[in-house]
Amino acid sequence: MNRKSLAAAFPHTVPVLMGYLSIGIVFGWMLSAAGFHTVWSGIMSLTIYAGSGQYLGVELLANASPLADAAFLTLVLNFRHLVYGLSMLEKFQGMGWRKLYMIFSLTDETYALLAGVSAPEGVDEKDFYFSIALLDHLYWIAGSVIGAVAGALITINTEGIDFAMTALFLVIAVEQWQSNERHAPVFLGAAGTLACLLTFGPEGGRFLIPALVILVAGLLLMRPNLEKPEMLPKGGELE
Amino acid sequence: MTTAQIAALVAVMAIVTFLTRALPFLLFGRGGEPPKVVLYLGRFLPPAVIAMLIVYCYRNVSFAAVGDWAPAFIAGGAVVALHLWKKNNMLSIVGGTILYMVLVQAVF
Repeated sequence: MNRKSLAAAFPHTVPVLMGYLSIGIVFGWMLSAAGFHTVWSGIMSLTIYAGSGQYLGVELLANASPLADAAFLTLVLNFRHLVYGLSMLEKFQGMGWRKLYMIFSLTDETYALLAGVSAPEGVDEKDFYFSIALLDHLYWIAGSVIGAVAGALITINTEGIDFAMTALFLVIAVEQWQSNERHAPVFLGAAGTLACLLTFGPEGGRFLIPALVILVAGLLLMRPNLEKPEMLPKGGELE
Repeated sequence: MTTAQIAALVAVMAIVTFLTRALPFLLFGRGGEPPKVVLYLGRFLPPAVIAMLIVYCYRNVSFAAVGDWAPAFIAGGAVVALHLWKKNNMLSIVGGTILYMVLVQAVF
């Protein structure tokens, strides 16, 4: 990586800069409001580096959740990353040690950028990808530290700030709804989880374990329907 | 919580997050084509999981009194409406959160 590849990458990352600064500030602020030292905000953003994962992390920390619960919830939340990796297999080939960092830093936003850009003339492709990933990570760390410092200095009544996590998931849901033609999985997810919540109660979020089983089983049962060729766009082919 | 407990939770989250990102590379990095069922779940599980997590976020809402459930549902509706209208993540999240804070602190 060099200055040239950073300079080439920067303009592409400006939308992420805006997004990560703001979402990161809210994260840091939430963590401070929950009573955790500013340093943790930076450490979490450096080592975990996941927007919705860290929002959930604030709640896990605030509730002093057991490690197993934290592991399970993080796993469930990050399941979608599986798809990202699949489509980046080729792009990251031959990146050497930097491949590990590329995998670590494959957030929703970085994925979206990497999927859509190509390196300009004269800039090494791998350097360019690495620069994008690194810049995005720095924005995220900067945002969370700014938010945590602000949260520690500005003492307003922050009751209810944890709603930001709900808001983030609702935003993701709206975007998924608009980009998918089939909505049956959404109803399956909501109904299956609600049934488990009513059956097992909310304690510790453990009702998510049977709920996840129901979701996967339900999706497998619905597969013949969801994969019907006529539901694909005209001229589309099954992947 | 002690520093060690916080560090342990953060470490678990970091390791699990990294593993979910690394898994496809570990499983299919050597050129093997992923099974169709994996691709299918990869496409349709995320929307179901997000719906599940929204239910999770609302799990502790009580319906005993209006003030218990109204803020979360009004603010939730506002987030969806804002996002359908402006498609701006920041506006939807911050706007909805501030509305929720006002509702729980000053209205209900």
